[in-house]
Amino acid sequence: MLQNFGKYLLFMKSLVFRGESFKILFKRTIDEAILIGINSIFIVALVSTFIGAVSTVQVSYNMVNALIPRSTIGFIVREMVILELAPTITSIVLAGKVGSSIAGGLGTMQITEQVDALEVMGINSTSYLVLPKIIAALFVFPMLVIIAMFLGLLGGYLAGTVTGQLTAQEYISGIRIDFIPYNVVFALIKSFIFAFLISSISSFRGYFTSGGALEVGAASTSAVTHSVIAVLIADFISAQLLL
Amino acid sequence: MIEIHNIHKSFNGKTVLDGISGVFQTGKTNLLLGASGTGKSVLLKCIVGLIKPDIGSVTFDGTYFTNNKLDIRQEIRRKIGMLFQSSALFDSMTVEENVEFPLKMLTDMPKEERIDRVNFCLQRVGLEGTNKKMPAELSGGMKKRVGIARAIAPNCTYLFCDEPNSGLDPLTALKIDKLIKEITEEYNITTIVVTHDMNSVIEIGDNIMFLYEGKKLWEGTSDNILDSDVPELNEFIFANRLMRDAKKVEEDEEKQHFK
Repeated sequence: MLQNFGKYLLFMKSLVFRGESFKILFKRTIDEAILIGINSIFIVALVSTFIGAVSTVQVSYNMVNALIPRSTIGFIVREMVILELAPTITSIVLAGKVGSSIAGGLGTMQITEQVDALEVMGINSTSYLVLPKIIAALFVFPMLVIIAMFLGLLGGYLAGTVTGQLTAQEYISGIRIDFIPYNVVFALIKSFIFAFLISSISSFRGYFTSGGALEVGAASTSAVTHSVIAVLIADFISAQLLL
Repeated sequence: MIEIHNIHKSFNGKTVLDGISGVFQTGKTNLLLGASGTGKSVLLKCIVGLIKPDIGSVTFDGTYFTNNKLDIRQEIRRKIGMLFQSSALFDSMTVEENVEFPLKMLTDMPKEERIDRVNFCLQRVGLEGTNKKMPAELSGGMKKRVGIARAIAPNCTYLFCDEPNSGLDPLTALKIDKLIKEITEEYNITTIVVTHDMNSVIEIGDNIMFLYEGKKLWEGTSDNILDSDVPELNEFIFANRLMRDAKKVEEDEEKQHFK
């Protein structure tokens, strides 16, 4: 494990060492951002809307005390969505979707000698292939998390009002109670950290694939597993340090 | 001219290359011949710098390559064109983008000039008009040709081919071999081809190095290979001939069957 961690650090170092020109890096980053961002919007939207909706229904189910105002449901849903569900669940979903795609893509390039072809041409394959993925993830993940926050709250609103758990006014006044802008900043910092972990770990697992199709599959699986574990650990540490 | 001196390489304690030295001449098609698992591809990768040899050195036209400064190694690498066993075309790019790629990355050529060069290279390998095709739409032989076009696009000085006709039918394999030889002579480049195909040896082998269990056992030309007194090489040639004859019988039988 320690050996793998050392290899990971050296891999990270190779990203910035002997890099490509800014023009190429910029173009590759935009391409990767489109791939990561556009292709993930639907699944992020779907998951976050339902998470907001389910949170509202479940909080409402537990809120049976007549002394607690119904608007508290909105308050709790907002805190859950902004602090935890939007950044963490979105990142876990993205670890599955983007992480496996990064590892599978790089793994396939490795076993079909496309990475060797780049190296023979004198191109630093890590800075050409991996760095744009990481930079793109750092830009795109926070944007997706903002979308997830908005849709999570919207999902909560729809579920609450459609099922009659609370009125629109109660929900809206609930999500406005004691709003702390730092919580949004905290969520974005987390999404930034998760973006780095998911993209770099998945790239690492994919880049060092050797063998055949079976190993590419194994690399994708291990990329997702390791990324999710790293996200959960980072989630705990960031909550402890930043809140 | 490429010189290799005393190349050793082991993986997990198993010796794959055991002190190989030799000279690969410019304007000649140099073959690394041997059965599967004798270290031919590893030697090729050691020469181009994809694998670092444990001991030994490689020199390109008098410039030391192995363990030299990164800038110098990069400079040499930019003169290298390589055709991989699996063609290694970038599957997210079209044929045109694949051939244009090294020009875009390694030169300051304007777009129009690059496209002209791509068209010239594709024409040279007999694939004009395939610019917008994706690698997945090409046959094995066409992929190899695109690989050759990509390798020669930036005016390479050294061409390396790792089993260029593996997985191809004999006719296409012959065409690829001829193309490699023509390009080598036309551009006066140093070409090294890894092969285990005796047809290639007879067709294009100007200088042949026979490897056996990581050692160089024989060196010569296609003219004197049949007169060698190395038992391992003779056995290899005999096995190749047997396989060729068996294939011919099989093909004849198939033809009879379909008649």
